[in-house]
Amino acid sequence: MSTLVDEILRSTIVTEAAKYSSKDFQSDQDVRWCPGCGDYSILAQTQRVMPDLGIPRHKMVFVSGIGCSSRFPYYMNTYGFHGIHGRATVIASGLKMARPDLSVWVVTGDGDGMSIGGNHFIHLLRRNLDINVLLFNNQIYGLTKGQYSPTSEVGKITKSTPYGSLDYPFNPASLALGSSATFVARSLDRDPKQMQSIIKRAAEHKGTSFVEIYQNCNVFNDGAFFQFTEKETKDDSVVFLEHGKPLVFGKEKDKGIRLNGFSPEAVSLKDGKYSVSDLLVHNEKDTTLSFILADMTYKPHLPRPVGIFLAIDRPVYEQEMERQISFAKEKRGEGDMTKLLSSGDTWVVQ
Amino acid sequence: MAEKRVENLDEVTIRFAGDSGDGMQLTGTQFTNTTAILGNDLSTLPDYPAEIRAPAGTLFGVSGFQIHFGSTEINTPGDQCDVLVAMNAAALKVNLGSLIDGGTIIVNTDGFNEKNLRLSGYSQSPLHDGSLDKYRMHEVDISKLTALALQDLNISSKLVDRSKNFFALGMMYWIYNRPLETTIEWIKSKFKDKPDILEANLRVLKAGWNFGETTEIFSVRYEVGPAKLAPGRYRNITGNQALAWGLMAAAKKAKLDLFLGSYPITPASDVLHELSFYKSYGVKTFQAEDEIAGICSALGASFGGALGVTTTSGPGVALKSEAIGLAVMVELPLIICNIQRGGPSTGLPTKTEQADLLQAVYGRNGEAPVPVIAAATPSDCFDAAFEAARIALKYMTPVMLLSDGYLGNGSEPWLIPDFNKLPDMSPEFRTNPEGFFPYSRDEATLARPWAIPGTPGLEHRIGGLEKEHITGNVSYDPENHEKMVHLRAEKIERIADDIPLATVEGDPDGDLLVVGWGGTYGAIKSAVARQRQKGHPVSHLHLRYLNPMPKNLGEILYKFKRVLVPEINLGQLIKILRSKYLVPAIGFNRVRGLPFKSIEIEKEIEEILKGKK
Repeated sequence: MSTLVDEILRSTIVTEAAKYSSKDFQSDQDVRWCPGCGDYSILAQTQRVMPDLGIPRHKMVFVSGIGCSSRFPYYMNTYGFHGIHGRATVIASGLKMARPDLSVWVVTGDGDGMSIGGNHFIHLLRRNLDINVLLFNNQIYGLTKGQYSPTSEVGKITKSTPYGSLDYPFNPASLALGSSATFVARSLDRDPKQMQSIIKRAAEHKGTSFVEIYQNCNVFNDGAFFQFTEKETKDDSVVFLEHGKPLVFGKEKDKGIRLNGFSPEAVSLKDGKYSVSDLLVHNEKDTTLSFILADMTYKPHLPRPVGIFLAIDRPVYEQEMERQISFAKEKRGEGDMTKLLSSGDTWVVQ
Repeated sequence: MAEKRVENLDEVTIRFAGDSGDGMQLTGTQFTNTTAILGNDLSTLPDYPAEIRAPAGTLFGVSGFQIHFGSTEINTPGDQCDVLVAMNAAALKVNLGSLIDGGTIIVNTDGFNEKNLRLSGYSQSPLHDGSLDKYRMHEVDISKLTALALQDLNISSKLVDRSKNFFALGMMYWIYNRPLETTIEWIKSKFKDKPDILEANLRVLKAGWNFGETTEIFSVRYEVGPAKLAPGRYRNITGNQALAWGLMAAAKKAKLDLFLGSYPITPASDVLHELSFYKSYGVKTFQAEDEIAGICSALGASFGGALGVTTTSGPGVALKSEAIGLAVMVELPLIICNIQRGGPSTGLPTKTEQADLLQAVYGRNGEAPVPVIAAATPSDCFDAAFEAARIALKYMTPVMLLSDGYLGNGSEPWLIPDFNKLPDMSPEFRTNPEGFFPYSRDEATLARPWAIPGTPGLEHRIGGLEKEHITGNVSYDPENHEKMVHLRAEKIERIADDIPLATVEGDPDGDLLVVGWGGTYGAIKSAVARQRQKGHPVSHLHLRYLNPMPKNLGEILYKFKRVLVPEINLGQLIKILRSKYLVPAIGFNRVRGLPFKSIEIEKEIEEILKGKK
C-alpha cells in the first residue's frame, strides 16, 4: 500500500531541475547574528554551494538545536526545524528514517552538539544515517552570553569560570572518529573556498558527514582561531589535508609532517635532511591515519590539520532499514491488518 | 482406577508461583490461551520481580501469574485466588496471603528442602507443622516426577529442571479439564529448532496430565463452562499487544507509515518488541539511545509525514517533557504512550500504579495543553490507541495515551473488530502554495496545516520559539504570545466537542457515583455491580478522556449526592474534578503497586452509603 506521503511526492514531482542561484536559498527573515560574527560566512558559503548540489530546494531540510548557530534554519529558504537544545541530531534522524528522499542537514554548535547533545551526536555517527552535520565551533557559549564550552581551552576565564576552566576540551574530530564516523572534516570561517569545497563533499557523502567549522565569536571569544585564519600566521600554523598528497605547509611550502613511529612530527624541508618524499601522504580512506591526524589538533608544536580527515563508505542506516522492510514484505507479504487481528489462536462465540 | 468426581464451577482464580527462572509467566500464559479458546471469560495478572533471575529460592525472586476465569462475566484478575500452585517454599510464603481460606494449595515438595526453607525464613517446613491445615493441600514431587519422565533422554539436569513448569501445567490442565493441544502446538513451533527441548517439554506436559488422571491425589475434577460473550470471533490479548495493534490499525486507516522512536523501559518494552516485528506493515521502529532521542526522532518523523509515536513509562515521560512541549509548539501529531508503573524515580518498575495523571495533564513548562486519554482494560488499549491517533492527526497535537503495568501485561478475551469498519482518518496534507501560511488555522478545529518537506512551494521553518499567529515567524510580541497561548489552549478544549459524552453504568442519579479512570475499570465495575445487586443506589462512571473531559461530566456529577474517586495514587483525578467542578468528592486511594481488589472498593462504597464517611 502506498502512503499519502508517497502520493503527494508523486503528484508534486518536479521533472525539470530548477536552476538556482545562492539568492534562492535566502529566506525572507532578517539575519540577526552580531555584526562580524563568523556565522555570516558559513551561511553565505552554504547558500553558495546549495545550487551546485542538484537537489530541489523543497527537498532540503535544515534542523538545528539551540544556540547562535541554531538560528541558521530561519535564514535558509528550505524546510527547517529549530528544535530543542542538543536534540537536532535525533529530530533529523527521525525525519531521515521516515523520509530517506530528503536532503537533511543539522546545524549545531560546540555547546549544543558536544555538551547537551553529545550523546545523540556520537550515536548518529555510529549509525551512519545520510545526514550532514555542520558544527560551528567557537569554543564559547554565545547565546547565554559567554560561558566556557566543551571545546574551550583549559584555564578559560569566563563569567562561570572566573578562576579559569578546569575541563579538558573535546577535540570534535577525534570524538567523531572515535564514534565510527565515516566522514570527518574541519574547515575555517575565514576560508570561503575551502569551506565551500568541504560542504560540497559533505553533501555528496553517503552516510553521516561531520564538518567542524572554526567560527569566530567576535563578542565573547574574539580571535580564538586567528592563528589559523589570519594572513600573518595561518600558513605556518595550518596544514591542509589533501587526499593523495604529502603534508606540506609553511609560507614557503618549506615544512612538512612526517611519521616517526606512530607520531607525526613537523620537519623542515630546507636543511637537506628531509625531502617531500619523506613526508606523510594523506589518504582519506585510511581510518588509522585519520586518528593520527585528528590527534595533532591540540599539539602545540604541530600545525592544526584542516580538511577531510576521513571519507569512507559503510552501510547507511535508513537504507538498511528500508532493506529490512522490503525483505519482510517479500517474505511475509504486504501486512494485512484483518489477517493480523485474526491470526494465532482464536475462537468463535455463536 | 476409580472414576473421578466432576464438579461444575462458575468461576475460579488460580495463581501460579515459583522462582523467576521457573517459567511461571509462560505457564500462566499457556493456561490463559487454552482457557480463552475454551470460551471462558478471563482476566490475568502477571506479578513478577524487577530482577530477571533473582537468586533461586529467595522471597524477592518469586514470580507469579494469576488468572481468573469463568462462565460468567469476569472483570478482574480476582481479589484472591482459589488455587495456589507453589513451586517452592518462597512462592508459598509470598502468595499464601492471597489464597482464600479453605483454598487449594498444590506444592512441589522438592522446593521445600532445607535451603529453600532457610531462604524463605521458615524455621520448619510449613507442609508438616499444621500451619496449612485450613487449606486443601496436594503435595507433589514435581521435580522428581519430571526427572523420571525424562530419564531415558540424554539431556542435562538443568534442562530437566527447566521443564518442570510443564508438569505443573499438565496437571492443572487435567484438574480443570482443559485440552493440551494449544500448548502442544506452541511447544512444537517454539522449539522446532531444538528437538531435545521440544521432546522434553512435550513429555513432561503429558506426564503432568497423566499424573492427574492416574493417581489418587486429585479426587475431583472441575468443569468451568464457556461464558456468555457477545457473538463473534475472539482472541486473547494483552494490553501492550492491543496498544501496538491499535497504533498499527490507526496508521493504516490514516494511510501513513507508523514510526516508533522508543527506549526500552519496563513495562512498556513489549510495545516496542511487538511493533518491531511488523516491518511488513510498513512499521519503522527505532531503538534510540535514550528517551529523549525516542520522542525527538518520532517528532522528526511526524514532521516528515509519518504517524510518530513514542512509548515509555513514567520516568521516560519525565525525560521527554521538553520535547512534548516542542510538539505542542510546532503543532505536529505525536502519540506519547505512558505504560505507568510505581514511582517516583525508578520506583517499582514491574508493579502498576496510576500516579502519572497530573504529569500527563500538567507536567510541562509553560502553558502546554495536551489531550490525555486512558485505556480501561487490556483490550481497550486497542481502541484507546486508535482514538489517540485520531485526535493527534485531526488536531495536529501531541496526545498522551495512558495505560499501566496491570493493563499492559494483563490479558482478556477480545471480540476482534472488523478492521474494514474502522473509520478512515487520512489527514489532508497541504499542497497548494497559494496563500499558504504554516500557522493559519482550520476554523473548526484550529489545527494548522500539515505541510511536509518535499512539497514544492511550501518551504517553511518551524521551531520551539513562539510563533507569530498565521505566518509562523518567530515573534516576541507580548500580544501575539498571549493570543497564541489562548489559541493552543482553545484548540485542545474544542476536542471536547468531538468526543463521546460520558455515560453512567447504573442509574443516572442516586446516592453515590463512583468515578474512575484507566485500569481500575474492572475492579470498580465488579464492586458497583455487586452493590447494585444488593439494591444500593450506586452508579459507575469511567473516564476515558482526562483532557479535555466530556462536556456533560459536571452535569452528571451534580446529580449524585456523593462522589467517590478510587485511584491507585494519592488522589490525582479527584484534584482535577474538585478544581474543575467544585464537587466535594471523596477519595479512595491505595498505592501498593497492585491493582485494586473489588472487595475493598465495595467496602468503601458500603461505608459511604451507611453514612460512615
